[in-house]
Amino acid sequence: MPDTLAGQAATRSTGWKATNLQGWGRSSTSPCLAARPERLRELHAALRTPDGRSLIAHGAGRSYGDAALNSGGAAVLTGRLDRILSFDPATGELVAEPGVTFADLLEVFLPRGFVPPVSPGTAFVTLGGAAANDVHGKNHHIAGSIGDHIAWFDLLLADGRTRRVTPEGEPELFRATLGGIGLTGIIAAVCLRMAPVPSNALRVRRRRVADLGEFLAGFEAASGATWSVGWIDALAAGRSLGRGILETAEPNPEGIRESAVKSKRFPIEAPGWLLNSLSVRAFNEMYWRRVPAGGQEAVVPYRQFLYPLDAIEGWNRMYGRQGFRQFQCVLPFGPGEAALRRLLETVAAGGVASFLAVLKVMGRQGRGMLSFGMPGYSLALDIPARSGAEALFARLEGITRDAGGRIYLAKDSLLSAEGFAAMYPESAAFRALRSRLDPQRRFDSDMARRLGL
Amino acid sequence: MTDTWLILGASSAVARAFAREAASHGAALLLAGRDMEDLERQAADLSIRYEVPAVPMRFEARDLASHAGFVAECRSRAADGLLNVFLAFGIMPEQTEADADPQIAAAMVEANFTGAASILGALGPVLEAQRGGSVVALGSVAGDRGRKRNFLYGATKAALLTYLQGYAARLSGAGVRVLCIKAGPVDTAMTWALPKLPFMATPRAFAAAAWARTRSGSGSAYLPRIWWPVMSIIRLLPTPIFNRLDI
Ligand SMILES: Cc1cc2nc3c(=O)[nH]c(=O)nc-3n(C[C@H](O)[C@H](O)[C@H](O)COP(=O)(O)OP(=O)(O)OC[C@H]3O[C@@H](n4cnc5c(N)ncnc54)[C@H](O)[C@@H]3O)c2cc1C
Ligand SMILES: NC(=O)c1ccc[n+]([C@@H]2O[C@H](COP(=O)([O-])OP(=O)(O)OC[C@H]3O[C@@H](n4cnc5c(N)ncnc54)[C@H](OP(=O)(O)O)[C@@H]3O)[C@@H](O)[C@H]2O)c1
Repeated sequence: MPDTLAGQAATRSTGWKATNLQGWGRSSTSPCLAARPERLRELHAALRTPDGRSLIAHGAGRSYGDAALNSGGAAVLTGRLDRILSFDPATGELVAEPGVTFADLLEVFLPRGFVPPVSPGTAFVTLGGAAANDVHGKNHHIAGSIGDHIAWFDLLLADGRTRRVTPEGEPELFRATLGGIGLTGIIAAVCLRMAPVPSNALRVRRRRVADLGEFLAGFEAASGATWSVGWIDALAAGRSLGRGILETAEPNPEGIRESAVKSKRFPIEAPGWLLNSLSVRAFNEMYWRRVPAGGQEAVVPYRQFLYPLDAIEGWNRMYGRQGFRQFQCVLPFGPGEAALRRLLETVAAGGVASFLAVLKVMGRQGRGMLSFGMPGYSLALDIPARSGAEALFARLEGITRDAGGRIYLAKDSLLSAEGFAAMYPESAAFRALRSRLDPQRRFDSDMARRLGL
Repeated sequence: MTDTWLILGASSAVARAFAREAASHGAALLLAGRDMEDLERQAADLSIRYEVPAVPMRFEARDLASHAGFVAECRSRAADGLLNVFLAFGIMPEQTEADADPQIAAAMVEANFTGAASILGALGPVLEAQRGGSVVALGSVAGDRGRKRNFLYGATKAALLTYLQGYAARLSGAGVRVLCIKAGPVDTAMTWALPKLPFMATPRAFAAAAWARTRSGSGSAYLPRIWWPVMSIIRLLPTPIFNRLDI
């Protein structure tokens, strides 16, 4: 019947709208045409971009830089594709559309005793975005990154066909897409193995750490902990270089009541001067002293431990209009230790205000060609986008590269093409596969162009 | 006894959000529309997220002959509780498109008004017989006063409102509540490509407010509520001034 109805042309087609998309750091902005498919059929239609321009998938926009931006091209917003398609409580296997977020998964499955096996530091991330950056969490040393728990995904290719990609059946395409920053196609569904948990709560231990040496020893001693993370006062120098707080956590057998915390919105666009090194120094000092000298132990809801920043919606506006950049690298154990010290010295000397820096130990190489994860120390810090920030980054890139480390693409907006090639040994193989799979570069992004991918 | 919500035009973003809202309150869902692939996916999503039954059903508003059979099927599927109706289908082609092509104009009238009147007409006796339940239909602020930009669309929504007023009167004796929501802009595919609209609501917030409103009586309601003062002013503007506005 519908086919014979007159006026069918008047029904909906995929709309494109001119817009500016930003990375989470708000220092990368891109004018582009954006479509926002509401369902699978419209996702397919979105492959036909106006004037055949290139496109990139854009999830929740939680990447800090330009991974999900495509200036002058098209972006396909996947957030409305948020249907959970199946769940098997016997195996924990979940199949879902790419726009389903970690927040969705926790809301639905935490009460049933399941959580995503790996979770980044914010729950607003989509499954598609998580796969495309092969994200990791505070349990990387034990659980690896998200790709280690993905059984398959459906990939919508440049030619409009969809392929079900398993690590066994199509190892190359699997390895290219996992961590492949959206350049192989659009992930239309993900099969993720969820992890069982005894309750909604974790037992968290916090202790003060006086300097970097103590930190690294602390991590080593905590290598059996399920979750571990370190918060470093990035402004502390000299003898207290690397001082901070080490947090570890274990599942708690009993649950606790979780008050329905309504997120607060960061009230205003903060003026740029708010974050001068004095105010940050004061904040960091307070954060450090908050934990009593003898340490602290508490049972807290899962979400509170995993996503401390999610309680303040739009916190990225704290850095004012120019935004900020994030630097995250991983450095191999051994030579990494000295490099870690140099990174912290460089940041402290730069006097560029950074709130807390995050230190983590990573456990294994990720499965993707461009996966970030590898054994070593990972350091992440925010730097307001002001004069001097780019030069500081160049120094940090150099130190990372010389130590055999790599910079995380999910956070990046400044890495050089040469630096990238040196840090990611499989980048050439990725480039070759991409030109075979998508010779016309239908999928493209600002990041791909910047890194010479 | 589980209440059932029949969602007409269930692939719409507003309808999808409303279905989740209803499911989160324990209702069973009948998802009626044309994109069966999507309705299957939505049914899976609702039954996993909220552990309620959700069934996709094929429904074409303009296929009037199919409506009686469709209603019979709904009745049998909702046999063990009250049937409630959320009517969300509708199209909004540009006024200029409708001006240029009478087929498009007719299609809009058929989908937004004729189809709605037909399916509501067929559902009337079922609702009357069950003596209770709610009908919520999506009208629009565009129905309050014909604007240059989309008066044919506005006319279909005004007609729908008038229909619902009488429908509410007829069903009131049977205890059926009938609500026409005069919707302001909602951030859906219908408005995605349009220039920025004022007071845009997210489908989720809109659905939550609509759900809350189903508890109260029959009538019409502006959602978001800010549209009540705004439309009160727009309705009162003297014609010469109104006609000069480019809205
Ligand atoms: C506060 C905060 C804390 C964070 N903590 C961590 C952390 O602990 N560990 C960590 O690993 N990361 C962390 N991140 C980074 C974040 O997890 C990644 O950037 C993630 O990829 C963001 O997902 P998204 O849905 O926002 O995707 P976007 O940022 O929109 O896109 C990311 C990439 O995925 C691609 N993409 C998105 N959807 C699809 C799809 N359907 N198919 C194919 N490609 C797609 C895009 O093209 C882009 O290249 C954090 C970010 C924030 C803001
Ligand atoms: N968005 C707004 O700003 C806004 C404002 C005021 C009122 N409204 C009203 O709210 C309702 C929902 O709109 P929306 O914004 O969610 O837009 P939408 O996503 O375009 O939804 C409209 C739905 O109506 C369905 N439909 C259209 N013609 C049909 C037909 N002949 N038979 C069966 N189904 C049909 C469509 O189904 P297919 O998928 O099969 O095409 C689609 O799912 C509409 O009635 C609209 O007029 C919207």
